[in-house]
Parts: sequence; C-alpha cells; structure tokens
Amino acid sequence: MRVLPPLLRRKPAVAVLMCVPLFALILGLVAYPFFHALFLATLNKAETAFVGLDNFSFLFGRQTFWMVVRQSLLFALVAVVFKALIGLAAAHAINTIPTKGQRKWRGMMLIPWVIPPALSTLGWWWLFEPTYSAINWGLTKLAVPAVPWLSDTFWARFSIILVNVWVGAPFFLIMYLAALKSIPGELYEAAEMDGAGPWQKFFYITLPMIRNIIAITTLFSIIVTLANFDIVRVLTQGGPLNTTHLFATYAFRVGIESGDIPLGAAVSLFMFPMLAILAFIILRNVRRRAASLA
Amino acid sequence: MTAVPVTSATSLRANRRWALIAAYACLGIFVVFFLFPPYYMLVTSLKTNAEIAELASNPWIVTDGVTFGHYKHLLTESSFPRFFLNTTIVTVVVVAITMVISVLAAYSLARLRFWGSGVLATGVFLTYLVPDTLLFIPLFKIVGWLGLLDTYWSLILVYPTLTVPFCTWIMIGYFGSIPRELDEAALIDGANHLQMLLKVFIPVALPGLIAATIFAFTVAWANFLYPLAYIYSESEMVLTVGTVTTLIKGDVFHWGGLMAGALLAAAPPVILYAFLMDYYIAGLTSGATKG
Repeated sequence: MRVLPPLLRRKPAVAVLMCVPLFALILGLVAYPFFHALFLATLNKAETAFVGLDNFSFLFGRQTFWMVVRQSLLFALVAVVFKALIGLAAAHAINTIPTKGQRKWRGMMLIPWVIPPALSTLGWWWLFEPTYSAINWGLTKLAVPAVPWLSDTFWARFSIILVNVWVGAPFFLIMYLAALKSIPGELYEAAEMDGAGPWQKFFYITLPMIRNIIAITTLFSIIVTLANFDIVRVLTQGGPLNTTHLFATYAFRVGIESGDIPLGAAVSLFMFPMLAILAFIILRNVRRRAASLA
Repeated sequence: MTAVPVTSATSLRANRRWALIAAYACLGIFVVFFLFPPYYMLVTSLKTNAEIAELASNPWIVTDGVTFGHYKHLLTESSFPRFFLNTTIVTVVVVAITMVISVLAAYSLARLRFWGSGVLATGVFLTYLVPDTLLFIPLFKIVGWLGLLDTYWSLILVYPTLTVPFCTWIMIGYFGSIPRELDEAALIDGANHLQMLLKVFIPVALPGLIAATIFAFTVAWANFLYPLAYIYSESEMVLTVGTVTTLIKGDVFHWGGLMAGALLAAAPPVILYAFLMDYYIAGLTSGATKG
C-alpha cells in the first residue's frame, strides 16, 4: 500500500496532459473573453479609439441605466425569496406524505424546470396576451377585472417575477428535499417524546439542520436570477418603456441590437462585482462544508 | 399518570393526520400552479385557428374538436425539422466534447495531484458560477474572428463553457468517492491510466456520468442567448431561437402553431428526464453539496 502512491505520482505529465483541454477551455473561452470585455468597454462605438472610462460615465449619467440596476436587484431579490419559500413549502409537503407517493409528486413539480425557459415563457406570453388572456378569462368569471399583464409597468414586473418563480422554484424543491431526507428521523422522534409540536420541530430541528443548504442554494439562485435573460427577452423585450430590462437584456439591446459593442460590454460587466462577491461567499460555504464532512 | 401518555398519543395522531391533509392540499395547489401553463399550451396546440380566435368559449378546454393540423404544418411546411436537426447536431457534439474534457480532467484532479491542481479545481467551480450573460459580448467578437458567426458551429464552440465546469465538478465528486483500494488493485495488475479510467472509474461512476450527460444535454438543448446573438439565418437556427423568432412572424399570430412548436421543442429534454429523473436529481444535489 505504501509503495503505490509514488507510482501514481510518478507520471505528473499524464496528469497535466489530461487537464490540458479543460485548461485551454477556461483560459481561451472564459478568462480571455473576460479580459477582452474589460478592453472592449474602454473603446468608442466604432471600436477605433480608446476612450477610457467614458462608456461607464455615460451609463452613470443615464436614467435608463439606473432603472436597469434597480430593476435587476429588485427582480433578483423578490424572485429568489418566493422561489425559496415555495420550494421549502413544497419540499416539506412532499416529505410529509408517505414515501410511496413522493416520487410521483416530485416528478410532476419538476416539469417547469426541465422545459427550456425560452419555450415555456412562450406559453406564459400567450397566457398574458391582452385580448385572449386565458388568465383574464378566469378572473372575469370570478368578477375580478382583467389585468394588463405586460403593458403596465407594475404588472409587467410582477409577471416576470411570477414566471421566474415558476421556472426556478423546482430547483429549490429538489435541493431542500435532498436536505430534508438527510435529517435523521430520531431527532423528530425524540422531539415528539418531549412534546414538540409541528412548528417547534420545524424551527428547532428542520431549519437548523438544512441551514447550510438553504444558504448555498439561495446564493446560487441569486447569481442565476440576476443574470437572467430568456424570460424578459421573450415576455416583454424590456418594455414597457425599458422598465423591465435586466442587465443581460439591456446589454443585448445596446450591444447586439444597437451595435454598440463597447457599451454593451460595459453594461454586462456591471454584473461582475456582484457575481464575484456571491461566488466568494459560496466558495467559502462549500469549502467549510467539505471540511466538516472530511 | 396513565391519562397523560394516552392523550398525548391521540393528539399526536391527530396532529399527524392534519399535517398529512395540509401537505396534500399544499401539493394540490402547487401542482396546479406548476402544470397549468404546459397544459394550456397543449390545449391551444390542439385547437383550430377559428376556435383560438374566438373569444366567447372557455379557453381552457377544446370545444370545437381536436386538430393535429398545427403539428402537421410544423413538421411538413416549416423550417421546424431543420431547427430540430441543427439542435440535435449541436447537442450531440457538445455532449461528446463535454464528457471527454470533463472525464479526463476529473480523473486527473480527483486522483493524480500535480502542482496547481487545487487551484484548477477551484477555478472549475468558479467558472461554473459564470453565467452566459456575462461574456456573450466578447464571445461575439471571438466567434466573429473565427468566422463562425451565423453558423451553428459557434454554439459548438461556446456551449462547452457552460457545460464542462459543472460536469467536471460533479465527476470529481463521483471519482473522489471511489475507494482507493480499487485503483491500487488495478495498478498491481499492471493497468495504465487509460485502462484504469475505462475499466474501473467510468463503470463505477456510471451514475455520475449519466447525470453529467443529462446536464450537458439539457443546457445545450435549452440555451437561448447565444443562438439569438450569433445566428440570423433560418437554416442555421436551433429550436429555441427558431421557435421564438420565426414562428411568431406574420400578420396573425399563429398561436396554435407556436404552442405546438414550443411543446415539440421541449419534448426531448422532458422525455429524457422522465426516464432518468433519479440520476439527474442525484447529480444535481451532489454537485452542490459535495466538497
């Protein structure tokens, strides 16, 4: 046994060779584009002259840009809170029913998460269609006035969050359900012996036991939600009057559609500091978890 | 003395029954919430254009007879089959590239430590956290320099940046959990690294491999931003962009055809998932929880 590890280590060349494709991919298609984005963001629209931080100061002077910043943060925070709450409630409900039926319920609830979001959003778009909205048909039957889902700023923002929660809640459900299953049943039995009710069990056993998973899943979801593109692009294209743009859709509008690549790169880069902070916290969490498992 | 445990036992049972009723009620509401949009898409895709345009009848059911006309039109008289073929090519190639890169790297990072391997493993995790929307503009320039703009080869180039990090990450976890005695036994038998990978690691970590494959498949099938930014010709489009951009045009919205297209385009990942759900979930949860 003692002799073998050196045998493995004797061929570091093979080990490095096996990582070359991965290393090339990260270097060429992630690290290099990132630095190229930094460079691009300092050019003028025609990409002929260096303009320093002019693109950034231009953005800072634009009301639309600040609206995009506010809307992105609002969207990400509200959507993630609701995804987490629904995911937790659904996971808890599934974990309560007999094991035999759990798989079926879980399977049905994960469907929104498996359909490509750009395509399921088309379905929502049709549900929100001003004249034919099937949701409004139902509301009218219940004597509730029809809702201008996509033409009014408040309702357009609401709709986008609703669709994002619909797509993303199943992810939380999966993660929470896996975490709930890892809690030893004896803890609950002992608590019941001591006369704990369902709420006490939830707050004193369940929550502390899955705290770490809640934290990692939430942080991860904030990244994905902040960087969302598909839903806004299909549902509102940023409208009405740019009020539903997120960083990604605004960068697409400015950089690809209006052809101002440097300005678009600058808009995208605004996501970076936020993502970097979140990534740092996640990494620390994952490492701490790995250390506690080892 | 005896009365106390009896009452607490009955109240415990009553508690449990109420918890069960509340759980089923909750699940019922959630299932309706999660399934009504795809249900409505299906209903719309089966209606005649006349019924879709009509405002009086209940939109949630088919009242005027079921038609498969939208599906037939889509498959015979539109570019939809072309989109399907392009998507299949892109997805299969991306999955193959992803698995080769990830399995090689994961084997190396899980077993053969070398100088800088720890940093590279952390780098893989950080790359996994980079969203497609952060780098699509510089990648647009790179795709342009390589002459791949407006071809689906641009997607084959850039999709691995989204799939490889996560697949490598979960494969490191699966390979790392294989007992070292197993590869030591293989080494004693004189196996080289390639034999060890093919004969020991891949068969033992097959569930992880399946999970990684499904993940890569789903990501490559579903991406919308890259094809929207890099592809303009209908003949090069993939399903997501083709459905969203080409099926909408025209004087009247062809809602029936649009919904039929969205459902057909979503079918492969949904079917794959229906059969391999457990692998998928195991891979996903291990990716976030394994160190």
